[in-house]
Amino acid sequence: MSVEVRPLGGIGESVKRKEDARFLRGKGNYLDDLTLPGMLHMAILRSPHAHARIRAIDTSMAQAAPGVVAVVTGELLAQHKLAWMPTLSGDTQAVLATDKVRFQGQEVACVVAETRYQAEDALQLIDVDYEVLPAITSPQQAMAEGAPLIRDDKQGQQDNHIYHWEAGDREATDRAFASAAKVVRLTTHYPRSHPAPLETCGIVADVNPATGKATLYMTSQAPHAIRTVFSLVAGLPEHQIRIIAPDIGGGFGNKVPVYPGYVVATAASLLLGRPVKWVEDRTENLISTGFARDFHMTGELALDHDNRMIGLRVSLLSDNGAFYADAQPSKFRAGLFHIVTGSYDIPAAHVTADGYYTNKAPGGVAYRCSFRVTEASFLIERLVTNAALELGIDQTELRLRNFIRPEQFPYRSATGWVYDSGDYQRAMRLAMEKLGYEDLRREQAERRARGELMGIGVASFTEVVGAGHGAEFDIMGLRMFDSAELRVHPTGKAVLKLGVKTQGQGHETTFAQIVAQELGIPAADVEVQHGDTDNTPYGLGTYASRSTPTAGAATAVVSRKLRDKARKLAAHLLEAAEEDLEWERGRFFVRGSPERAKTIQEVAFAAYTNLPEGMEPGLEGVTYYDPPNMTFPFGTYMVVADVDRGTGQVKVRRVVAVDDCGVRINPMIVEGQIQGGLCEGWGIAFTEQITFDPDGNCIGSNFTDYLLPTAWETPEFETYATVTPSPHHPLGAKGVGESATVGSPAAYVNAVIDALWPLGVTNIDMPVTPDKVWAALRARGVGE
Amino acid sequence: MSAITVTVNGIEHRLEVEPRVLLVDMIRTRLGLTGTHIGCDTSNCGACTVLLEGEPVKSCTMLAVQADGRRLTTVEGLARGSELHPVQVGFHEEHGLQCGFCTPGMMLVAAALLERNPNPTPEQIRWAISGNLCRCTGYVNIVKAIQHAARLRADAAQPVAAGGAS
Ligand code: FES
Ligand code: FES
Repeated sequence: MSVEVRPLGGIGESVKRKEDARFLRGKGNYLDDLTLPGMLHMAILRSPHAHARIRAIDTSMAQAAPGVVAVVTGELLAQHKLAWMPTLSGDTQAVLATDKVRFQGQEVACVVAETRYQAEDALQLIDVDYEVLPAITSPQQAMAEGAPLIRDDKQGQQDNHIYHWEAGDREATDRAFASAAKVVRLTTHYPRSHPAPLETCGIVADVNPATGKATLYMTSQAPHAIRTVFSLVAGLPEHQIRIIAPDIGGGFGNKVPVYPGYVVATAASLLLGRPVKWVEDRTENLISTGFARDFHMTGELALDHDNRMIGLRVSLLSDNGAFYADAQPSKFRAGLFHIVTGSYDIPAAHVTADGYYTNKAPGGVAYRCSFRVTEASFLIERLVTNAALELGIDQTELRLRNFIRPEQFPYRSATGWVYDSGDYQRAMRLAMEKLGYEDLRREQAERRARGELMGIGVASFTEVVGAGHGAEFDIMGLRMFDSAELRVHPTGKAVLKLGVKTQGQGHETTFAQIVAQELGIPAADVEVQHGDTDNTPYGLGTYASRSTPTAGAATAVVSRKLRDKARKLAAHLLEAAEEDLEWERGRFFVRGSPERAKTIQEVAFAAYTNLPEGMEPGLEGVTYYDPPNMTFPFGTYMVVADVDRGTGQVKVRRVVAVDDCGVRINPMIVEGQIQGGLCEGWGIAFTEQITFDPDGNCIGSNFTDYLLPTAWETPEFETYATVTPSPHHPLGAKGVGESATVGSPAAYVNAVIDALWPLGVTNIDMPVTPDKVWAALRARGVGE
Repeated sequence: MSAITVTVNGIEHRLEVEPRVLLVDMIRTRLGLTGTHIGCDTSNCGACTVLLEGEPVKSCTMLAVQADGRRLTTVEGLARGSELHPVQVGFHEEHGLQCGFCTPGMMLVAAALLERNPNPTPEQIRWAISGNLCRCTGYVNIVKAIQHAARLRADAAQPVAAGGAS
């Protein structure tokens, strides 16, 4: 008998992606591709002002416009108690403004019409009478004496302060600073950026008038959690809500929250008995949905006589916009920022954070980042580079001296994290070798002697990703576990259903590989399903690099459960004792006589056809996995940059990235995540910023002003790996989706500062644009 | 309403459209060819790229009536039946896509580039796709994907040596 040998596609293989087949042919199934019979279209009227009182809204002309079916205002929603909704941070947010508008672009009214063109036409006919109020565009203004009160809707709110939060040990930190030989200080603003996935956000709400069931097609990274939130907001029974997240054109955190448009479209479908589609245009996306960062940070690093780091003190001012809508675990007001001690063994640290309302869009989502880890990593890596430059020692030497050593893991940080594993020295040494660090330092000295500006930037980041465990980490009380359900069909093919949801990360391939590895069914025979809440087990969704740490673990565990049952079945078929069976990928055989074997496919068939007495039929199971700890991916990035003395233009010559995300399930996909993140990191460092003028007008409301990196100006990226498995993850994996956006911005900026340091330039805030560099050069008399 | 005739992926369509309707909307909603995407509507992102008489255009910045009497290719027209275009193979082999939203536009630009210049340098590729944004993948793998496609085309163009294997 000839045995067909098919590739398994297990862990460690760069299996080509299954999902490509439809995307390559233009047969993806994105939200806007969906058309339902009788579907209406919605458009949103937005505030032109950053802060204004609404005196009156006249919708009569719009109501009468061709094709218009309904005009919805906040007043109408208020009659159904839907004018306000809860945010993910326990605040409230206006669905449609009733009293005031609090940022430019805020939702004021909606038109539902037969076509989108007609809906947009009718928006022009709505007349809103505004009384313009002074706008606040920074936390510094927000805290000033006599600042206008933004949230006068909130009982007891006397000022614009939202929260005060601390982590670490203040006294121990003060003692460390008192004994320091050297203190290095840095104040910087991590600018407001936007995830700007290429596909904007949208919904098709389809409430069936006969059954009352609401089927909501939505660009959602977290469909199950959103179902629960919807149930709580709208008062609909949860079994009557089905969220379907179709193919998503990138998310990066932008598609975690619930946006007002979703609520209005759902309410409109309910009231009108017809499906309603709303898809943002790009400007709506940039000016109203989840922004990221906007942290004003001051960090101080204390060092002793041996250049050992002995203390870290940080104070933060957070600009949260008009509603506190950060998407983050509820216990942590500034996200996971307290990972700020990074890769270093710093015995004392203390962080204080204060959040303020401003007349800017709400959001505070983590743009390809695990809840403010990006800001933390940027601050410590910038501080360490400045410390090395001030002390006159090499950036790598100061880092190598202060890294947490491999034998210190599990390592408890001064702010309370327990790092699972790491070998920071190894990653840095590999980066130095691949870059040719020593040679480049020599080249830099030669160029300097000729008056040229060349810099080498280093960043050795550590992330904290993969939330939960559920006891510490929750979203609105929902514990941050995740899930996997595996069904093996009689013919040995399988369906895997996940609580997480891809936005391009390749779940349909990676997760099939985990099943292949653990259960021996070729990855090609495993279909991965996700995104439909009626068809998948409950989970918290995909963000914060949590899919592999949580759902990946769940997939491994459920596969192993099925393998245990399969062993019993194989023993029955082979008339052997279970203990006498050996497992090798894809089959069980009797120890000592490998020809007496049953494949997993034969065993699967038996699960439905030939069972031992008393065994339950079928081969399927579900696992909910609540991880025992977070995972801590790390790496070292090095950037070589040349700065033009005349124009201030920064040219990134080389980027070497060494990433350690533990065991790599699909190395091709892992590399792809890093490539994408390095490119986005370049954008954050050099071009991306959502700015506002003093009146609160958003400058950065389209891709002509909010500059995403293109193929023309971005460099090549050289990527390398070390592998330090996570000791607590069933596969040793850690999660990688965000490492490069977290780690790379500091490396880029450090390269520029390294180039300009001899001139006395100690900081340039991101984005490091040519005009800022040019001004810094001019101020020091450099020019051509 | 204006009557127009357009040939899309080799099939002729006669349509009545409002003069203000964007070409991308006609393609997506009237013809149901949803592989052409909308990422910005300001000519910046290239997700809406189609080929007009073989040349890439951003269909969010053209009116449907401007395509009257002309020949369009969308992503759905790249493959010949079940046989993928070399560019499609290249994107798959080199992991040149993640979410896939930019991919149709990228591939069409690449296909047009290779028609003009069968063996482009990496710099020429980067310039050609500089009007197309990708938020997920970065551009390194996309450049590799297009180089891969160029190699496939070159191999296919090699005349098979008489007498079989050499
Ligand atoms: S949608 Fe046409 S260029 Fe972006
Ligand atoms: S693959 Fe997502 S935008 Fe290019």
